[in-house]
Amino acid sequence: MTDNSKSNLMHIGVLVVLFALFFILPVYHAGNMSRIMVLAVYAMGFNLLFGYTGLLSLGHAMFFAAGMYGFGLTTNLGGLPVPLAFGFGVICAGVLALVVGFLALRTIGVAFMIVTLMFAQTAYLVVLYFGTYTRGDEGFVIQQAQRSIAGIDLTSETGRYFTALLIFGICFLLIARLVQTPFGKTLVAIRENEERTRMLGYDSHRHKLKILVISGLFSGVAGATYALLFGYVGATFATVQYSIFPLVWVLLGGAGTTIGPLIGVFFMFYLINISSGFTDAYMLVVGVVLVLLTLFAPHGLAGLLRKKVLTWLP
Amino acid sequence: MSNGTSKTSKISRRSALLGMGAGAGALAAAGVLPGTMGFAQAQSSAPIKIGFQKHATGIGAAYGRWYGATTDAAVKRINDAGGINGRPVEVVVEDDGTDPGRGAEVLEKFANQHNCDVAFGTLFSHVVIGSAPRAGELKLPYFVVSEGHHVASGMLNRYTLQPGITDVKSQVISMAPFVANNLGKKVTMIYPDFAFGHDHRDFFSEAIAAQGGEVVAKIAIPPTETSFTRYFPSIPRETEVIYHVMVGPAVLTFVKELGEFFGPNRPELFGFIDSLEAVDIKSSGLEFLEGTYFWEGMPRYAQADQADYEKDYRAAVGVDENGASIADSKDVATYAHMFGCWETLNIIKAGMESADYQGPQDRAKLIEAVEAMTDMPAGADHPQGAKRFNGKTHQTFGSQYISKVTDGKLVVEHTASIEDGLYEDEVDYTAQSF
Amino acid sequence: MDFGPHLMLASLEGAVISAILVLTAMGLSIVFGVMRVVNVAHGEFYMLGAVLTWFITSIVGGHPAIGFVAAIVVAPLLVGCLAAGADRLILKRVNYDPDRTIVATIGMLYIIQQTTLMTFGPEARPVEAPFNTRLSLPWFEWGENGFAMIWPWGLSTTSYKLFVIAAAAMVLVALWLVLTRTKVGLLMRATQQDSETAQAFGVPVGKVYSWVFGLGAGLAALGAVLVVPIQQAHYLMGHDPLLLAFIVVIIGGLGSLPGTVIAAILIGMSDGIISVFFSPTLAKIIATFLVAMVLVFRPQGLLGKIAR
Repeated sequence: MTDNSKSNLMHIGVLVVLFALFFILPVYHAGNMSRIMVLAVYAMGFNLLFGYTGLLSLGHAMFFAAGMYGFGLTTNLGGLPVPLAFGFGVICAGVLALVVGFLALRTIGVAFMIVTLMFAQTAYLVVLYFGTYTRGDEGFVIQQAQRSIAGIDLTSETGRYFTALLIFGICFLLIARLVQTPFGKTLVAIRENEERTRMLGYDSHRHKLKILVISGLFSGVAGATYALLFGYVGATFATVQYSIFPLVWVLLGGAGTTIGPLIGVFFMFYLINISSGFTDAYMLVVGVVLVLLTLFAPHGLAGLLRKKVLTWLP
Repeated sequence: MSNGTSKTSKISRRSALLGMGAGAGALAAAGVLPGTMGFAQAQSSAPIKIGFQKHATGIGAAYGRWYGATTDAAVKRINDAGGINGRPVEVVVEDDGTDPGRGAEVLEKFANQHNCDVAFGTLFSHVVIGSAPRAGELKLPYFVVSEGHHVASGMLNRYTLQPGITDVKSQVISMAPFVANNLGKKVTMIYPDFAFGHDHRDFFSEAIAAQGGEVVAKIAIPPTETSFTRYFPSIPRETEVIYHVMVGPAVLTFVKELGEFFGPNRPELFGFIDSLEAVDIKSSGLEFLEGTYFWEGMPRYAQADQADYEKDYRAAVGVDENGASIADSKDVATYAHMFGCWETLNIIKAGMESADYQGPQDRAKLIEAVEAMTDMPAGADHPQGAKRFNGKTHQTFGSQYISKVTDGKLVVEHTASIEDGLYEDEVDYTAQSF
Repeated sequence: MDFGPHLMLASLEGAVISAILVLTAMGLSIVFGVMRVVNVAHGEFYMLGAVLTWFITSIVGGHPAIGFVAAIVVAPLLVGCLAAGADRLILKRVNYDPDRTIVATIGMLYIIQQTTLMTFGPEARPVEAPFNTRLSLPWFEWGENGFAMIWPWGLSTTSYKLFVIAAAAMVLVALWLVLTRTKVGLLMRATQQDSETAQAFGVPVGKVYSWVFGLGAGLAALGAVLVVPIQQAHYLMGHDPLLLAFIVVIIGGLGSLPGTVIAAILIGMSDGIISVFFSPTLAKIIATFLVAMVLVFRPQGLLGKIAR
């Protein structure tokens, strides 16, 4: 079997496993998995930019929040039906990413980190400034009655899990395909050596802008899905903390791998969840584990897998 | 423990699937079932489990610690008196990190993992609002101790109640007559620029206008600000009273800088004690507060006419007559808010006893029993004072205190009655189905 | 308040913010410049400085000045040693790889925060200033009776705030002397310019890194010792200084210490002055956005060299 078909098989396999998990797992853990899948979409979006293209943004929370607020405000205040509002949220994130990319991509490296960080900070303050509509830090609820598509109740355990799986699955396969295309390969080339890629005749700036918008779109999908499935929209999701999370998830899971983000989110979620069960000082445990992982798994968990067992891992 | 439950859950979920052809609604019902069954099998002497959503880390940790101490004391008292319906009470603590996302996750853990009967104890509004939708979906009674207006505004759902602490709208409205009649009619408001501050701004502006006063300036301070002096010049010269309410770790800086700004000739000051909660009023730099006024949810310093039940409460939660920890006189309690935990737990007990609560299948009955409550007399169960619960809006109303700083202590000057803080209903939760 | 006095007050406040910022950012700038790593735990070293000051002043007792002087010596030293130890124990072993350093320092951030929460507690705790007199300030106006001196309502500062500005300036001068006039400074500059060549010429690069990391953390702690009588020690207080310091370093231009100073002053002052013209949150939005735009149009920072 070629590496390519192995990789295709793996992507389908992951989805099959996730599908089966719903029927195997106790209800509590199935609920956690639906959350993990939504956050993994966010991490995958971030990974496209950071893991594949080598651009480290510290402001991705603004795209997540754009999707969340674009969806939440239009359903709540505008009364838009869910699919339209969802689409609007995703478009908001894409447009924001385009504007941010237009400005921020003039910079590289650490300057890019700072510019995105500050734009995200601005976005966060804007949410607070328009508190009349957004209810600022408190946020607002999307009522249970509003959260259904075509009569399917998305607030039931089943509805939630399979919506999360559907959206995760689409994004997962899209990204798996995208990174195999010439476009995806060029991104990796830019990461490895932007100068040389440019010399070979690729418009690296255009590529970077494109992938930033795509990354923003995925983050927006995650934000809108989160609001849709969990019924809450709040400014917390626009804070720096939520920009740092995807970075940690991706680095832990394995940057530049399709499966890494899911592994990273899963790992962090259960690390916090389990350690908080037996000690109040769970942050200490998390901290120590992070340090140990950087020491012993330099390329994340997926990186470790790729090195030891699955050398073909995409 | 979790092993046995998860096995039951697999079987019931599978059989439900086979039997009903995987209807979405049926599965949702099955999702709740495992917990129910696990508990029904238990003996009736099994403990009542109360999930305590605690701000153990994050920005709310100072409050969380005292909410924890109060909860422990209240549960001990309930258990010493024979528990609820003869069953002991067990508190399951989970840290929400003062984060709305984590808050919702914690509620799921209470309902589906720990098989808690109810969840309780949240203070910060964003955590309440982030968690409440899940409480409604999980059909888990969720008793918050937040003083936010979110419950009574109708934003939340039938499973979310606030029976132990008055909401901010009521608090603010009941302050306006005293401010207008005793301190001045031209008010400048300083508040944090987020929803909690906006509630103060909107409700107080309205209430003071009704008293013939006016708000001459509204100064909203951005969150996470750590220095404040540069905002004070916006205070108009004509100001007679400054109304201030700040929250977060920088509150002491705020009050100190206010004092430094005005120096010897300040206008009247009226503040919400939130501006100084968990802060020693004798800290250096706060001398200028002498003669100023504070709203207090419950008087921090033991008053001359302190009732016996209040004295007992104070001792039970480990607070001395100056509002600090008995163990460490510098460790000041969040005394104006934490009584809410004590009272809410007593209301949960009363509700469960009147509903003859047996297990999670009686959750709706519990909510109805609490909704049926009205007047609650002051006493050992309600040491802050009498309460009037509104079953329709799921919100309680109680007396509010205005204290004056006298010789470095807060001395109650005026008590606003329950009637002073009543307002029209904005929602009728009892009309919603379970 | 009239416009003139208001502006003066805002500038004074801005100067205090700048003074603290300059110290924290300087620490980060040195680390960044020499070691080329992003230290996410930098804010936690700042927080530790404040928390240690509280512990030291509580133990020492007596007049607040005694405890304060003890803290100004001991706190940065302890924090510096801790940081140097962390460098040896962790950062050295990840070979200062940029990505891994970020995760490792995030881990350190969690460890430091949680340990502080468990020992120091969640409260904000005040430290008394060694001296703190309110100073009313005059304003000059050309009125009906000619030139007159008035004392506007609220226009004031405190002696301690002025001291902070002076102290920060003194530390800067001392730092500049160390970097330019001593052997330690020479080694650091050599490592900064080209660590491999420096190594080849016998510079103990590993040791220099530890020293630099310790020095950077010590400077952050020193900033915190100065600020804690104005603000309070709190276990989450490191968050904002980290972001601000980070921004300052990049705006100033990577590795340019004069750039860092200019950027700190620019950002501290603009924060104060813009607040005169707009409502507070709007002022913050504008200030944040403008600073970001500086970088958009000058990606290398104010005094930075064109991209490496």
